[in-house]
Amino acid sequence: MKLESLAKILKEHPFLEGLEQHHLDFITGCASNVVFKKNEFLFRAGDPGNLFYFIREGQVVVEIYIPGKGPTEIQSRGKGDVTGWAWLIPPYRSTFDVRAAELTRAIVLDGTCLREKMETEHDLGFILMKRFAALIAERLEATRIQLLDIYGDRSKK
Amino acid sequence: MATDQKNNHSKTPFFDPMLPRSFRIVRFQQETAETFSIELKPVSGQKEFFFEPGQFNMLYVFGTGEIPISVSGDPTKPEVLIHTIRAVGNVTRSMNNLKVGDSIGVRGPFGASWPIKAAEGNDVIIVTGGIGLAPLRPVIYHMLAHREKFGKIVLLCGTRTPKDIIFHKELEKWYAGAELEVHITVDTALPSWRGNVGVVTTLIGKAHFDHSRCTAMVCGPEIMMHFTVQELQKRGVDNKNIHVSMERNMQCGIGLCGHCQIGPRIVCKDGPVFCYEEIKGVFTKREF
Repeated sequence: MKLESLAKILKEHPFLEGLEQHHLDFITGCASNVVFKKNEFLFRAGDPGNLFYFIREGQVVVEIYIPGKGPTEIQSRGKGDVTGWAWLIPPYRSTFDVRAAELTRAIVLDGTCLREKMETEHDLGFILMKRFAALIAERLEATRIQLLDIYGDRSKK
Repeated sequence: MATDQKNNHSKTPFFDPMLPRSFRIVRFQQETAETFSIELKPVSGQKEFFFEPGQFNMLYVFGTGEIPISVSGDPTKPEVLIHTIRAVGNVTRSMNNLKVGDSIGVRGPFGASWPIKAAEGNDVIIVTGGIGLAPLRPVIYHMLAHREKFGKIVLLCGTRTPKDIIFHKELEKWYAGAELEVHITVDTALPSWRGNVGVVTTLIGKAHFDHSRCTAMVCGPEIMMHFTVQELQKRGVDNKNIHVSMERNMQCGIGLCGHCQIGPRIVCKDGPVFCYEEIKGVFTKREF
């Protein structure tokens, strides 16, 4: 895919909505298209977390391997979702596995490159931090609801 | 804003609302490990059982007790009465042990229905959690029977695990068809599961419907409805267009005993379906 169409996709993505053109240009410079076959990993727990993804097609699952039980799916991400924020928060390591549950097309962004830019361009840094903070809060809320086990048998104490 | 109707018995002849009628189980369907459906037919008297989607009956297991259960069958097929029940208490566990041919007492139908008439012309988003799909299945049957009267219909279902999904075959059929947009998610799954994983509220952002011209119908555990309402509000759905089904200790079914009172409302008579705008002051408040 040409850089031009990549820029268009990123510009139209809700997560980057309203960013100034020179910021979008920089982000586009950190981006490229990727395809994951089914069961390929986007991240492995413990690996350096330098990247994040905008999912374009397909589905990925956030998993954790539980010894004695095997891999357990925690959450899924689909078209339009953003996945990965380990690049933003020290020690910059992935906490969970993220696996393609089916053929998945995504835009990958070099988080390290972007983080260095954010350190010097505080306007861009502030905007992106706000958006990732909202995303992290949304995921935290979803996780808290999951922990409530709301469909469990309430008669069992 | 209000639900379509309250205590509608217009098509049914007069019955003493406090006197159970005897029905026979004609079919028993195990939906999941702890959820089952029973099909009932009256032992005598009128053969049809008319109800509005969202209404409930008081089901009486003779010698054990009586509980309120929403009707889960097709309102366009009044010749059979269907209830879907989760076996979690004494009465429901006893009910789970009944067999085809056994009798059960039925009082009803009681309560307010889902706002189907008011939803005509709008997009409809149905959000269910666990067995909350059962009280909304009659709505789906009705809408599919009158598909031209509604805009987009979106069904979002959340359950605990893939094994807890009820009405499997129908969900598959609806998913494969073009009349409904169906999304299903589970809270936790093994890698063999191919669908969404996460809470049902995360599906709302993926659904395609007109946020400004829609009717939302939500049924599930109250805490799930609480977060669902928040998510709908975030996306601009007006409180007046959000409807929830409340669960309380309903006993008489006709608003006399007061056991199911929630603030100024009596759930068995004013509900169980409420417009969120009407009950937002008491919704999930620990005092109620």
